[in-house]
Amino acid sequence: MSLSKIKFDKKIVLSFWIILIALIIAAPTLLPVFRLNLLGRYLSLSIVALGVDLIWGYTGLLSLGQGIFFALGGYCAAMYLQITSSTEFPNNIPEFFALYGVEKLPFFWEPFRSPVFTFFAIWIIPALVAGLIGFLVFRNRIKGVYFSILTQASLLVFFNFFNGQQKLINGTNGLKTDVTQLFGQMVGSESMQRIFFWITAILVIAAWFFAKWVVKGRFGNILIGIRDDEPRVRFTGYNPVIFKTIIFSIAGGLAGISGALYTVQSGIVSPQFMTVPFSIEMVIWVAVGGRGTLLGAILGAVFINYAKSLVSEALPASWMFIQGGLFILVVTALPEGVLGWMQGDGPRNLLQRFGLKRKIETYPSLEVNKKGDDYE
Amino acid sequence: MIMNKKYLLNLIDITVSFEGFLALNKLNLSLKKGELRAVIGPNGAGKTTFLDVITGKVKPTNGEVIFKGESIVGRKEHKIARLGVGRKFQSPRIFENLTVKENLEISVSTPKSPLNLINKNIKDEQLNEIERLMKIVNLAQKVDSKAGSLSHGQKQWLEIAMLVGQKPDLMLVDEPVAGLTDEETDLTADLLKSLSGENTVVVIDHDMEFIRRLDSNVSVLNQGTVLCEGTMETIQKDQKVIDVYLGRPED
Repeated sequence: MSLSKIKFDKKIVLSFWIILIALIIAAPTLLPVFRLNLLGRYLSLSIVALGVDLIWGYTGLLSLGQGIFFALGGYCAAMYLQITSSTEFPNNIPEFFALYGVEKLPFFWEPFRSPVFTFFAIWIIPALVAGLIGFLVFRNRIKGVYFSILTQASLLVFFNFFNGQQKLINGTNGLKTDVTQLFGQMVGSESMQRIFFWITAILVIAAWFFAKWVVKGRFGNILIGIRDDEPRVRFTGYNPVIFKTIIFSIAGGLAGISGALYTVQSGIVSPQFMTVPFSIEMVIWVAVGGRGTLLGAILGAVFINYAKSLVSEALPASWMFIQGGLFILVVTALPEGVLGWMQGDGPRNLLQRFGLKRKIETYPSLEVNKKGDDYE
Repeated sequence: MIMNKKYLLNLIDITVSFEGFLALNKLNLSLKKGELRAVIGPNGAGKTTFLDVITGKVKPTNGEVIFKGESIVGRKEHKIARLGVGRKFQSPRIFENLTVKENLEISVSTPKSPLNLINKNIKDEQLNEIERLMKIVNLAQKVDSKAGSLSHGQKQWLEIAMLVGQKPDLMLVDEPVAGLTDEETDLTADLLKSLSGENTVVVIDHDMEFIRRLDSNVSVLNQGTVLCEGTMETIQKDQKVIDVYLGRPED
């Protein structure tokens, strides 16, 4: 019905998926190991971006603290890898403990001996923490810029705490994963990295479908309703606190998965994951890709990070300027983001400007829907 | 405390003070089940605050709100809404980024829990209800249009349809005909009249022609309290009302 929905026929959709899956399978042979690893990392970042899109693009909650949940997921994965690979170290505990004279494993490490526990902890712990923070904040009707400030403050609290706990989690040095073992293989090895790449690619697609499912029906419409007019949602009999808590918790869980995948592919998790700029970058990926489009979040995360590494290799000092410029450009010229612009009236307006398309004189719905888009 | 079964809503000595300013001052008002009541008053008389108190947006400094025999002071807005109080806002408040149908889905869906919304499809009888509502307010052609693309009048009507879809026992309607054409105003008056009887309806407006057409009891608010109550004829003859509100005689 509306211009914003570009309809593809089934064959195109099918061929798109076939090509995509073929590319994913072939990527390890097409790309050098170094590039493949980078692509895998950026794909894992797109999962946290999907979460940002759910809470910001759909629900209007601008969180500047997603790094908390991202890092928690990373720490869960790293703790499992460290504890299960520490048999040759003194006291059978990870090597770094010896530096600080710790002989007994801190209690909260214990459950991470279990792969099953870790598998669930990676997404459930961040989701619970997000749910708790979210509930307390939303219940007190803190919103808008105050919500953003609060999430950033929480981020700093977590950052400082993790940074200072040498005896518990190796503080500022973080936990290395690349020299640990998983299924008898070195995590940093080429073959493991290839598997991680495939797992990441599959999980990105799964997360995308999950996010689409979340926003598709009436639940998603309530989220949009909360974003656009929260009191109205309340007076219709819905409790926005519950909806916001749920979606914030889902975004936290996605961030945790993202952080775990990123950790095993970058070889380390550290409090650096909880720095302020990194969490802001997550928002920029979504803003540039297109808020409220889901796919835009994935594309934004992958392309901006790829651009970042390419630019940084060529002109090391200039990336921050380019990123800042990109953000300003998007905010001023493409407030809907690149994908939002393409799905909306953007391309048509651009073509009109160059005289390649006739101007719409009445309403788009009248002119376009009746005659179709094929007149000259 | 006096509680009378035949009243759906009882406001008893409601006082709302905003940092010393009395928006409502010992306001007393009772609504019978099925009644249609018009509330008028000059700007600043407390009409919107009066609705805010009933819907839980503003907590009264003093006084009691009894709805269906129980006190609802201090309850959350969504709880009061679920109890059966629906509200239409002064300027149309619809979800502009959703389609007409999606707007109505939000209003008719029950239960209003996240799990129900995410897990289950909308029930058939609710879809039928949406069809029916869209026909009543002449929006059947616009099912899949974004609500933001509707004309002002259509937005007003969509919001009224959303209000009806919520199936409230008490409908609070704030300036439903602001910005409507005469024809639309008449249709709205008829619609509201047809809703009363089964529902209890409170209409707030300035438009005297519209109020007259409602042919209902009228409460006149002034300075946060009920100045006078009665039929249109009675209040038009009331000297106090003429002084503060009507001013010049109507022709």
